[in-house]
Amino acid sequence: MLLSPTELDVIGLTAALAATTTLILLVLGTPLAWWLAHRRGSASAMVEAVVALPLVLPPTVLGFYLLLLLAPSTPLGQFWEQLTGTRLAFSFSALVIGSVIYSLPFVVQPLQSAFQNLPRGLLQAGATLGATRWDQFRSLVLPLTRRSFIAAASLGFAHTVGEFGVVLMIGGNIPGETQVLSIALYDKVETLRFAEAHRLAGGLVVFSLALLFLIYRNNGPAAWRVRI
Amino acid sequence: MSLTMAVTCQGHGDFCLDLACEIPATGVTAIYGRSGSGKSTLLDCIAGLRNPDAGKISYGDNDWFNGGKPTPPWERRIGYVFQDTRLFPHLTVQGNLDYAGKRAMGPCPMPKDELVSTLGLANLLSQTPDTLSAGQKQRVAIGRALLSAPRLLLLDEPLANLDQQASRECLALLQQLAQGLDLPMLYVSHDIEEVSQLADHLLLLEDGKLQDQGSMLEMSTRLDSRLAREEQAAAILLGEIEAQDNAFSLTQISVEGETLFVNHLDQPLGSQRRLRIPARDVSICLAKPEDSSILNILPVTIQEIETCHSARLLLRLALGEQHLLARITRKSAERLELQVGDKVFAQIKSVALLSEAEDRQ
Repeated sequence: MLLSPTELDVIGLTAALAATTTLILLVLGTPLAWWLAHRRGSASAMVEAVVALPLVLPPTVLGFYLLLLLAPSTPLGQFWEQLTGTRLAFSFSALVIGSVIYSLPFVVQPLQSAFQNLPRGLLQAGATLGATRWDQFRSLVLPLTRRSFIAAASLGFAHTVGEFGVVLMIGGNIPGETQVLSIALYDKVETLRFAEAHRLAGGLVVFSLALLFLIYRNNGPAAWRVRI
Repeated sequence: MSLTMAVTCQGHGDFCLDLACEIPATGVTAIYGRSGSGKSTLLDCIAGLRNPDAGKISYGDNDWFNGGKPTPPWERRIGYVFQDTRLFPHLTVQGNLDYAGKRAMGPCPMPKDELVSTLGLANLLSQTPDTLSAGQKQRVAIGRALLSAPRLLLLDEPLANLDQQASRECLALLQQLAQGLDLPMLYVSHDIEEVSQLADHLLLLEDGKLQDQGSMLEMSTRLDSRLAREEQAAAILLGEIEAQDNAFSLTQISVEGETLFVNHLDQPLGSQRRLRIPARDVSICLAKPEDSSILNILPVTIQEIETCHSARLLLRLALGEQHLLARITRKSAERLELQVGDKVFAQIKSVALLSEAEDRQ
């Protein structure tokens, strides 16, 4: 076996974190992106700015505030403890919360621009043909913006895999619980285990490159067209 | 049953649609006006794609808009044929048609197979919209709108983006559908020729206001309507095919007991056709000329005379129950001493047959 059991653990945990985060982001990000795409005004500009904040802030800033927010003494921390009986800080759930916030713009922005570029006329045509709003979304918006959904999900996933600062601040480095790939890599370099570091770093480079390649290939012209 | 509406709807800038009208829920009603007169806004209000600022829209017993929560478009059961077709690019022709069929809230006015063949779509079903010509796209759009089983069909300049040939074919199809289906249609256009071929009723729109309305045949010859003042003003007459003159390749059409000759038309005797006679192609003689090359000379009575220009007059001529328009110079009118009530002869230089359902390939 190329990878040790702990390395497999790390990869499994990273994948689970990225997958959970992506799923949550798609569920939350879609209505948010729809709203942003169709509202004009200072309220939506403010929300847009907040969504974009993780793009410009050092992840450590975000992590610092999240750490304060998730601490057992805060209302959120206490609420969580009452609800689940476990502590929020330094848990997998904390990582998910941090990742969702951190990767939010990567999911919301492509969706928002896809929704903005979607010809309104097509939805109007759907409406006159008897499609309710939900039906229009399902039968027209989703298939017509499929590429953007794939791009948004891939970017959200890849970005979560690659995050470091936020995880370090709120997750610590607990093997099997919060030790994700980027942290493990840092660990290995710190302890001068370069061969192992190479395996993780190289693997991540190959994975990211492959994913991005697939996104861009998928973005070719008329990729949404149904082929028969 | 009828479509009743009284709406105000603020548009861009100064434009404001502000009209009240009752549109009969039978036949084809044309909404005619220049671009920017509010035709499409009106159609969007009827479809529910935009809501007026105030007013009331009801169709039969259904209140679509009445101050409260408007009926959403998907519950109005209207078909809408857009100028830009708005076919769904991710679906094939078949997929576009099925999209409507699946959501239809009643029986389609025509069986699907029959509709597909009438519209000439049978060979296109597996193609995607981006591979179709403009005319084909519009035919798919018409089929899709009909398959949603509408109770009212709205058409917004459906021929505006088509070349001449495609536009003629499409018009013939619409005529065929209008005659064959028991489906009221609202047809928006800025092209008087299209309108005079299709419409039974006419609404004249200008700057968001209703200028005039009435039956197409009557409106075409009313001197006080804006139509008569237009350069291409023409009278629309209804005639019946009476005989074929095969020796000269002409067809005789009877209008109010008089006979008109037109280019040969392969249609059964007794069928009704609309004729379009431009006002500028009609001249007046006091006595019936026997040595003219012009074939169509009708005895008419001058019913109204109106000055439409410093040099020209517009005459409304009665031919039985129907009417012709003639545009002549004021000088000739004075020379011939034309008066209302005079019995004169109208020489007609050209007659255009409308409803010419040409053979489609």
